[in-house]
Amino acid sequence: MSSRLINWFKFSSPATFYPLAGKIARVSAVIAVLLLAIGLYMSFFVAPTDYKQGEGYRIIFIHVPAAWMSMFIYLVMAFWAGMGLVFNTRLSAMMAQALAPTGAIMTFIALWTGAFWGKPMWGAWWVWDARLTSELILFFLYIGFIALQGAISDARRADRAGAILLLVGVVNIPIIYYSVKWWNTLHQGASVSLKSGSSMSAIMLETMLIMTFAFWAYSIAVALYRVRSIILEREKDARWVSELPEIRS
Amino acid sequence: MFSAFRTIVARDLVLAMRRRSDVLTTLFFFVIVVSLFPLGIGPELDTLRLIAPGVFWVAALLASMLALEKLFFVDFQDGALEQMLLVPQPLSILVLGKVLAHWLITGLPLVLLSPLLGLQYDLSTDTIGVMMLTLLVGTPALSLIGAIGAALTLGLRGGGVLVSLLVLPLYIPILIFGAGAVEAEVSGLGGVGHLSMLGAILLLAVLAAPLATAAALRISAE
Repeated sequence: MSSRLINWFKFSSPATFYPLAGKIARVSAVIAVLLLAIGLYMSFFVAPTDYKQGEGYRIIFIHVPAAWMSMFIYLVMAFWAGMGLVFNTRLSAMMAQALAPTGAIMTFIALWTGAFWGKPMWGAWWVWDARLTSELILFFLYIGFIALQGAISDARRADRAGAILLLVGVVNIPIIYYSVKWWNTLHQGASVSLKSGSSMSAIMLETMLIMTFAFWAYSIAVALYRVRSIILEREKDARWVSELPEIRS
Repeated sequence: MFSAFRTIVARDLVLAMRRRSDVLTTLFFFVIVVSLFPLGIGPELDTLRLIAPGVFWVAALLASMLALEKLFFVDFQDGALEQMLLVPQPLSILVLGKVLAHWLITGLPLVLLSPLLGLQYDLSTDTIGVMMLTLLVGTPALSLIGAIGAALTLGLRGGGVLVSLLVLPLYIPILIFGAGAVEAEVSGLGGVGHLSMLGAILLLAVLAAPLATAAALRISAE
């Protein structure tokens, strides 16, 4: 009889994780499509027009979830990087690698929609606000990670080098954020502030939460589909891969 | 342990003195970049005084980044790095020694030359003093953080461009506080707060960066 009740490492092996990832990815994809449909309907037709910002405010239903995801995904990647270095599990680094493009895209969406929102509201596509600047730097960090992974051909070295870069980056993120914040307050008065908007009505908040969950489900689904591809690529010589039904046929 | 540290510093300094052109390249890069800005922006001294802190700091950032490539590469090529990995003393101490020597070769001349360039930008003596102080505190931190990037990209194709992509975002706080201290001093606010932050970043970098660099070196050289 096993002394441990739960085998924490059961799914740390690519062979056991591959089918599980497939199941979770399918469920997440369905949830993402459903929530996105509901969320988009609500954000366009149910949520009322803002008395101050007009119709243009509706872009925050995309913008805010994307910005949240962009920051959260970096933390998750750093978590997997730490796990990979500590427990020496191959799958952790694959997860970090699979999440990186999604995180970069979320950062890009947040910046892009932010510019579209800023033009009518602030009269400028880009303002050197502390949050915008640190989001831009986060984008650079994602690009740096992806570039480093792409430049190293040896998968094992790429995993561990990327993990160190992620951990260094995650230590730096608070420093960068506060330095940018102080730099901003020193340079210019708060001519524009993201906090100036009125507090949100309940229906707007609900719409935003639905959109946030849709983005979550989308990120999980896409990252897991990607990690399945990475597993197949890296383990292509393993026996269990050649016995998979989708490979054999 | 300390003697190993001293040996590494002395060795790297001797090696650099044998190849002085490397030292001068970084220095002249800094001088040229700083001198290019007035040509691009115009010779009005009021404008130049305003942009001087930013220009000096960005130039220092780029110069320090350019010099990074040589930090471990020569040792990696001739096999000395592998011997360093096998030494009983902790690798992070050796890394710290190498970074110190690297800073003495590429960072310190830049700090010492900055007053001369400051005169080109019509800065007052006080401002030049503060700027030298910020560079003195900030450039070692640049070398320490940059060493992580240099170790990660050791021996890769296109390593030079990649280093800039990895390292420049991490340099941003140093740039902000370094240039900010000079600006705050000029505007009469006093740059002590910024300088303290720079010092804090330097201390954190001294403690943490050699460990990360040593881990990265072990990965790159295996």
